[in-house]
Amino acid sequence: MIGLQVIQDTAMTLMDKAAIEIPEDYLSGLKHAAQVEDGDLSSFVLQAMLENYEAAKEDRRAMCGDTGCPRWYVKMANEARIEGGPVALETELRRATANATRSIPLRPNRVHPLWRTDHDNNVGINAPEIEFAFEPEGDWIDLTTVHKGGLFGTDYRMLFPSDGIEGIKRFYLDSLVAFGKRGLSCQPAIIGIGLGGSKDTCMVLGKRAACLRTVGDRNPDPRMAELELEFIELGNSIGMGAMGFVGKSMVIDCHIEAGYCHTGGMQMSVHAFCLSSRRACARIHADGSVEYRTDPHWFTPYQRRETVEWPAILPSKKSA
Amino acid sequence: MASNTAFKKVRLKTEPAQEDLRQLALGDVVYLDGSVYTAREGVYRRAVEENVPLPLDLPAESGTNFHCSPAASIADNGDFNMGAVTATASFRFSKWIATWLELSGAKLILGKGGMSSKDYREHFVPHGAIYLTTVGYGTGALLGRGVKRVKNVFWREELGLAQAMWLIEVENFGPFIVESDLDGNSLFERENAKISAGLSKVYEGTKPAVLKRFGETDDRSDELI
Ligand code: SF4
Repeated sequence: MIGLQVIQDTAMTLMDKAAIEIPEDYLSGLKHAAQVEDGDLSSFVLQAMLENYEAAKEDRRAMCGDTGCPRWYVKMANEARIEGGPVALETELRRATANATRSIPLRPNRVHPLWRTDHDNNVGINAPEIEFAFEPEGDWIDLTTVHKGGLFGTDYRMLFPSDGIEGIKRFYLDSLVAFGKRGLSCQPAIIGIGLGGSKDTCMVLGKRAACLRTVGDRNPDPRMAELELEFIELGNSIGMGAMGFVGKSMVIDCHIEAGYCHTGGMQMSVHAFCLSSRRACARIHADGSVEYRTDPHWFTPYQRRETVEWPAILPSKKSA
Repeated sequence: MASNTAFKKVRLKTEPAQEDLRQLALGDVVYLDGSVYTAREGVYRRAVEENVPLPLDLPAESGTNFHCSPAASIADNGDFNMGAVTATASFRFSKWIATWLELSGAKLILGKGGMSSKDYREHFVPHGAIYLTTVGYGTGALLGRGVKRVKNVFWREELGLAQAMWLIEVENFGPFIVESDLDGNSLFERENAKISAGLSKVYEGTKPAVLKRFGETDDRSDELI
């Protein structure tokens, strides 16, 4: 049984880590971009960003004044049991979000869309988002918080099979060019692309591809992996760098995730995880021990499964 | 990596003289000393649309408007804790800016992404104001270091923490980049024009979507703002 106190303490630490410490994978990606960037202004911006991460860590202050929208991803192993059940867990995550907003401090961003009312704590109707997933083995839970910034840099479009890869490329470029101007998407970013699913799944997949996979990670489907690499190059060949200044640092990495879709369609979403690619993760074991990390390991073979049964039983074996 | 030595670095007062602004070229790097206040849609709506008198004496107390909501909290004893400060995108404030510049006498507008050169020419130039963009834009921790103290916070009850008017004392506050000059030129637009020239090559081989959308354009030099 996992106790509520350890969940509360871990969630507070995660809020703090996410807001202040840039994940190592993104940082090394950005350092590489800074090395190859030859646009003057764009280089200056990248240098300032690198100094900013240092300043944030040294002073223990948020790296960006804009909190973005803090959200939670919870993964429960099949045998995990939580004191008070999932409702108590959700309450702890909402509490940690509110308390950390005050203690770090974070900017309270969340307001009612119409009445603009505000609890000054990043908590409200449907906020923070808490998403759940499961894994077949174990008795642990993984908590991941992502502070996703960016009012800009995201788009959705219903494409069709006849649009093909060339249509996908065009929409990808359109999103980067449109939101990259003046640096509205706070590039260089980790770009996540959702393909297929239904409209909502497509958005969810693209966002998770951007926020829950680390720089350097490749899709296990070799052809999709190839496409990811091609898209990194394509994005960096636009001629645009940080803040939309002339340069070539637009994309730190590109992750693509797919979901089975309606036979007539090919949904596509594009998401940009900005210069403040804030994510922090921890595994809480049943004995109360906690391990912190920055890689959520979200997209496991189980999450990407295609079969009815798990462990996967291939159709030919099933009939045997 | 390109060398950064090409950039002129300037220390500027938050109530600068016109001659100081005249010296600045697009792309110069600026650090500020003095007092800066935050004002965005909440403040603009209240001051410009509802004609509520300003809670402080502008521009006497500050000539610099920051499009920002700080990451800050107010303790029960009234103490302020300000962590990071980051700008918010300025183009959304276009409809209020003319009256605001009139009311506030601001000479420096700080924010994210700039505004259009049309706004600069029509509203900034007549008021002798320029636009400085934050860098990054996520450099909230660096900017936070330049904040000496919170002098006051106005309209906190009426507008909430994020939209309230924070008056802060700053020293060596930056970096900012000069985005518009006293003639109303825009650095972003200059950069956009350079990038647009190469775009058709990048798009080569792609094709427009089968299903079109309203308002769709294939002119890649267009901006969304
Ligand atoms: S998009 Fe990211 S870096 Fe930019 S202001 Fe928002 S949180 Fe900060």
